[in-house]
Amino acid sequence: MANVILDNLVKHYGKTPVLHGIDLEVSDGEFVVLVGPSGCGKSTTLRMIAGLEDITSGQVSIGDRVVNNLEPKDRNIAMVFQNYAIYPHMTVRKNIGFGLRTSKKSKAEKLQRINEVAAMLDMTELLDRKPGQLSGGQRQRVAIGRAMVRDPDVFLFDEPLSNLDAQLRTQMRLEIKKLHQRVGRTIIFVTHDQVEAMTMADRIVIMKDGHIQQIGSPFEVFHKPANQFVARFIGAPPMNMLEGRYQQGKLHLQDDIVLDLGGRVFSAAAASKLAEHPQVVIGMRPDDLRVTSEPGHFKGEVALIEPLGSETLVYANVGAKELIAKAPGRVPPTAGDQVSLAIESELIHLFDTRDGVLIE
Amino acid sequence: MSGHDITASSTTLFRQQPKVSKVHFSSGQFVRWLLLFLGGIAMIMPIIYMLSTSFKFPFEVYNLNLIPEEPTLENYTYVLEDGRFYGWLITSLIIATVTTISNVFFDSLVGYALCKFRFPGRLIVFIAILSTLMIPTEMLVLPWYLMSKNFGWLDTHWGIMFPGLMTAFGTFLMKQFFETVPDDFLEAARIDGLNELQIWWTVAMPLVKPALAALAIFVFLGNWTAFIWPLIVTNSQEMYTLPVGLSTFSVEAQVEWELIMTGAAISTIPTLIVFLVFQRYIIRGVVMAGLKG
Repeated sequence: MANVILDNLVKHYGKTPVLHGIDLEVSDGEFVVLVGPSGCGKSTTLRMIAGLEDITSGQVSIGDRVVNNLEPKDRNIAMVFQNYAIYPHMTVRKNIGFGLRTSKKSKAEKLQRINEVAAMLDMTELLDRKPGQLSGGQRQRVAIGRAMVRDPDVFLFDEPLSNLDAQLRTQMRLEIKKLHQRVGRTIIFVTHDQVEAMTMADRIVIMKDGHIQQIGSPFEVFHKPANQFVARFIGAPPMNMLEGRYQQGKLHLQDDIVLDLGGRVFSAAAASKLAEHPQVVIGMRPDDLRVTSEPGHFKGEVALIEPLGSETLVYANVGAKELIAKAPGRVPPTAGDQVSLAIESELIHLFDTRDGVLIE
Repeated sequence: MSGHDITASSTTLFRQQPKVSKVHFSSGQFVRWLLLFLGGIAMIMPIIYMLSTSFKFPFEVYNLNLIPEEPTLENYTYVLEDGRFYGWLITSLIIATVTTISNVFFDSLVGYALCKFRFPGRLIVFIAILSTLMIPTEMLVLPWYLMSKNFGWLDTHWGIMFPGLMTAFGTFLMKQFFETVPDDFLEAARIDGLNELQIWWTVAMPLVKPALAALAIFVFLGNWTAFIWPLIVTNSQEMYTLPVGLSTFSVEAQVEWELIMTGAAISTIPTLIVFLVFQRYIIRGVVMAGLKG
């Protein structure tokens, strides 16, 4: 068992707090992605799990051991760094085998293990090369190979794909995911890229300013964001946000726009919140906002379009606000067109204006 | 490098070819080349005179002609047949080699610790080390001498070499170079189970080879040509280093320049070897090869 448990993890740099009590339980074999903007504390959290940062307070457990006071080497973890951190003066073989230097295995066993890992990563041909002779993707694979060779309980990835170009990143994403399926080890992966988080994770942990905003499956964080921050951080382009007021099944927005929720039934808790404080922020995913030729909920003028091939992003000025919608790629509107935008009332998210938390 | 990059660079090369065939110097370039040429002449002339004088008879020494009228190998025969010369050469080799190894080891160890470890008083220690650079050697000679006398180190190899076994300059140089070694390298090794000394030796040291080579050359040359301290701390001719020994060719009655220049010419050979061995390491960029590219 190699579950990882963070219990009220706190980190201060001097007097500056950077993590404010992180609680997280990662199950054995789970792929968890920590995602958030720069400075949110995701890498610090990962480094504390690795033992590369001191813990101000709280507890880190790996398996059934509390590892707070254990050296990194004694935690049976492996880490892949953003800069790969493969040694330029060593061949690929030596780099991959570096983690076995302190192992008690025989030389033959070590060589066999290196060859196994190289074969798994399709790097057998490159074993005698030095990092300077490798491409970015190959270097990253060497770094992963070095992590794999010790067969650790937990893999920690610290933004390992951020230096690769878009095509290679997509390829490496798939490779890491396949690797996870094959080795079945616990993986904690840090990234600032929400696409990476959505495509790879079993569960996503969204962080901001040293706090966890939401923990959930990619489906949950996309369709049921806990708050406005998550709603805008996850999903590209970000969720449209408009301020309004809820009144008797309708949302009254700026510019006298009224959105009829069409008899949408709210939960008791949501209904009570709306009754107590009817001021809301309305969130609408661009994917859910349709460009239609029929009368819709909003009328606006197309300011800009971004063709993506299979679909087109439409930026429309609705009153003083700009809304982003997705239109089919084949017959998109053009700039200057008058368009109608429509949305299913069930797909509208309502957030509390006081704390940004999702009402429903 | 991707195929795209290759195409791009090939295009650039192709475009630049006509320019290369038409050599053209701007006035700024001309001035730069002229200054470099004059600088080169100023550097090389003493060496040429040294070699020239070593092939001259005493009567011709004060002629400034570069090519001796009657070239002779007599000076070389005299110096090499003088048994003392080999003793001085060996002493100089021992002193320069030991201090070089010692500096490369200790300066990099201290530089690494100051650069990569966070401990209370780190800055104070660093400033204290740097501040010793501001004390001239002449001021240190007396305490060094008293220390040598009290410990019985006068006229010994240890006495000659102890002040130079570690230098503030070397520590500073190595600290600055270790700054270029990304912490990720060290942390990766830490996770892989190496202890701090192993990380320093296996990971960090190979990454700063250019700096180590530069330091080795500086220290070797500095100790090879050192004069004042070896002169003070040694009494017997057997313990003289090469520069001190060569100075005995200038006596009250006359200065035997041809012998001094011959000894100096021979003594440049080890320094040339050291330079040739280490200069290939003085190529930066090896550190970056393992990083994002």
